[in-house]
Amino acid sequence: MGATQAYIRGRKLITERPGLVVVSAIAVLLFLDLVRRILTGATLISTVAGYVWNGTVIGLIIGLAGIGLSLTYSILNFANFSHGDYLTVGAFSGWTASYLVAGLGTATIGELFLLNASPRDIGITATAEPLSIVAGLVVAIVMTILIALLIDRLVYEPMRDAGGISLLIASIGVALALRYFVVFVYGTSLRGLTAGDVPKVSPTIVDGTITIDAHEATLVVSAVLLMLGIHVFLQQTKFGKAMRAMSDNKDLARVTGIPTERVIQWTWLLGAGLAGSAGYLIALKRGSMGFNLGWVLLLLIFAAVILGGIGSIYGAMIGGVIIGIVRNLSLVWLPTDFSLAAAFLIMILILLFRPEGIFGGVKTA
Amino acid sequence: MSPVADTTEQFTTDDLAEFTRESSAATALGALALVWVALSVLSLVGVGGIVPPLRELVMVLAVYAGLVFAIGALWRYSKSDALLIVGVMLALYVVFGVAMVVFLELPLNGLVNTLRRITFLSAVYAMLVLALNLHWGYTGLFNIGVAGFMAIGVYTMAIISGPELGLGLPLPLGIVGGVLASALVGLIAALPALRLDADYLAIVTVAFSEIIRLTLNSSVFAEMTLFGTTVGTGGGQGIRTPENPIRAIFYTDPGDTSAGLTPVGDVLFEVTGSLKVFLVSGVGIRDSVVIGLAYVIALVAIVAAFYWLLRRIGNSPFGRVLKAIREDEMVANSLGKDTQLFKIKTFMVGCALMGLAGILWRGSTGFTIPSDYMPIQTFYIFLALIIGGAGSNTGSVLGGIVFATLLFEGPPQLARIIPVLLDDLFGLQITDAPNTSIEAIAPLSSLDVTPFIAYSLENISTLRFIFLGVLIVYLMQNRPEGLLGHRKESAAAVDLSAGRNGGGDRE
Repeated sequence: MGATQAYIRGRKLITERPGLVVVSAIAVLLFLDLVRRILTGATLISTVAGYVWNGTVIGLIIGLAGIGLSLTYSILNFANFSHGDYLTVGAFSGWTASYLVAGLGTATIGELFLLNASPRDIGITATAEPLSIVAGLVVAIVMTILIALLIDRLVYEPMRDAGGISLLIASIGVALALRYFVVFVYGTSLRGLTAGDVPKVSPTIVDGTITIDAHEATLVVSAVLLMLGIHVFLQQTKFGKAMRAMSDNKDLARVTGIPTERVIQWTWLLGAGLAGSAGYLIALKRGSMGFNLGWVLLLLIFAAVILGGIGSIYGAMIGGVIIGIVRNLSLVWLPTDFSLAAAFLIMILILLFRPEGIFGGVKTA
Repeated sequence: MSPVADTTEQFTTDDLAEFTRESSAATALGALALVWVALSVLSLVGVGGIVPPLRELVMVLAVYAGLVFAIGALWRYSKSDALLIVGVMLALYVVFGVAMVVFLELPLNGLVNTLRRITFLSAVYAMLVLALNLHWGYTGLFNIGVAGFMAIGVYTMAIISGPELGLGLPLPLGIVGGVLASALVGLIAALPALRLDADYLAIVTVAFSEIIRLTLNSSVFAEMTLFGTTVGTGGGQGIRTPENPIRAIFYTDPGDTSAGLTPVGDVLFEVTGSLKVFLVSGVGIRDSVVIGLAYVIALVAIVAAFYWLLRRIGNSPFGRVLKAIREDEMVANSLGKDTQLFKIKTFMVGCALMGLAGILWRGSTGFTIPSDYMPIQTFYIFLALIIGGAGSNTGSVLGGIVFATLLFEGPPQLARIIPVLLDDLFGLQITDAPNTSIEAIAPLSSLDVTPFIAYSLENISTLRFIFLGVLIVYLMQNRPEGLLGHRKESAAAVDLSAGRNGGGDRE
């Protein structure tokens, strides 16, 4: 009897959602292939572990940035295309601060400010100049918050009643203006930031080693702390509740006496702060950055937010890590050129088969 | 607007605003003319220094004020959209031409080439905006993957008919193939994406266009062997596109100029090679510019065809359903229209037109690379549509023209003129620009603006991006309907309001 029921359920699934069945079949096949590759030795376990570690590191950044995107998406009801450029603003302002702290005396203020001083002379690493890293991270957060609040006042506040698409288009304008303002000040060159020996450990995983360096460790610790911080903030303060109320029904929230404008400002403050820190940390991990840093990551951040379910901050965190791991794990089968495409494909598939996202059912903002 | 508008003679605040605007333009024109006369008298009695260049500047400004006045009048009183478009284009020619000749003293060849360039860009943008208008303006499909569909068209054409990495088949086959491929990829994108809300559709289409670009950029498909021929995308190095067929008018062998000229080419080059125009220095137009000019004329004809086609679609029963979907999809659905099917068809037609426009643009220049199809390309087209006004075909063409000339080509040209003006008027020499923004900004504290101006002019393309971004925000805040979007197109092909009020014209 159980078998019959399972058969009926399976038949219903196949006839009603054939696409889902095909996609699931492909996913299962890929997993089996991965197992086969590991068993036959075609792919080393340590290689896979390396991909997973790198994917987690990138994924934490994507998740960190995704929290802000998810919050603004659910509370202001629009897809913010300038969110990626908040990362850029954070990265550039933060690194300027780091250079000024670490390099004062070794180069002129102008060179330090524009990050044109030679990274070798400044010699920033997380262990050699920890103070400059902390200062940079703080400045990145503060500057991004200030810019985001300014932009909200100038751009979005006069448009509070406009539709989501109008706001989306306006945010594309903001993205262009912000990105090229950074270009106007700093120029277009891709610049190296860190230099010197970064301490690293190489633990052995079954059949090989993976490398974890101090910058990745800094990134992971900072990202996890920030995520914990946001969790505590939303759980312990009234703002979490107010945000949930606003994302459900703005008018009702206002009638109930929730200061909606204040909540919006807090939303920008949290979202931009996290975006700025994410931009700063990803530049630390890579050791270099250009003006396209945030824009290139934007679609991945969108993918993470959609994967996790819009409005859910835990969804954004986990979605980010999944997207990061998928992107890196795809290297088992695909050449590097297509790792980004693989991540986008996951997003498109999620939109097709579960548009509300993995955590869409539970609103946790 | 309101039903009360039947009392046509009423003087509204709108009229007052228009009246004030027109009268201030006329006043400005008059004042500039007076100043010009005064400066002319001064320079005639021999006053030198700042007077002669100032007189030049005032003259150009007076011409511009006159143009604004004329276009304003055309805008209000012209019933013909075609006349409006032609008028705006001609006015822009005068704007560019006068500035080029007076300030830059451009010779004839350079002048014609500049005008050819702005017409070319206006035409290709007009086509792309018209195609996007079918998606966004008519149907409300928020497609921001235009660049990807262009890329599909151009690359398919290049692979079918291209000289290198191509199969070398005849060009018409390549163009048809490119257009069909764009439509097909449109279908693949549409099937999943059209079930989604507008903002999801935006994210999916832009992701789709990035997947296309990254795939073309990848070295994996750069070269492979198919049926014994080497084909491929060329990867990041780009791909060569077939020779522009317009060359066949001038050369007996389009691929080899040494093979000789056709009779048409012979006569035409003879004439253009020794052309002289009143007030413009230099003699003759180069052959390459003449060929480009011929292609631009063909493009303008194709824009007209695009316009005609989209008007037909918009006024057909099919187009009526599209407008219904844009306004309220559920209503259209309830009335028994299969809105999904309509949306898929529209999406495919629009993508096919984007592919064709891409071929006519990027496919005509002999060479194309994946970075021609960055998302920014899509945003340009969207901005042009917003300027013109989504939902209006005339607005789309105007938006394309205004964007391509004033916003895209304008700033670099202005950056060439400003140093000349500053030198003439104030004797300010704008020489080498500082390398960094700090070196440009620091002297401002001692009131030395030259380095900053030089740096800004040097980085005019960056400033243009900032300006475009600010403009998008401004338009969305203050004029989301664009130049002509407020003109509601009636859903019916014939004007139904004509008979109702005893033949009275309501607008």
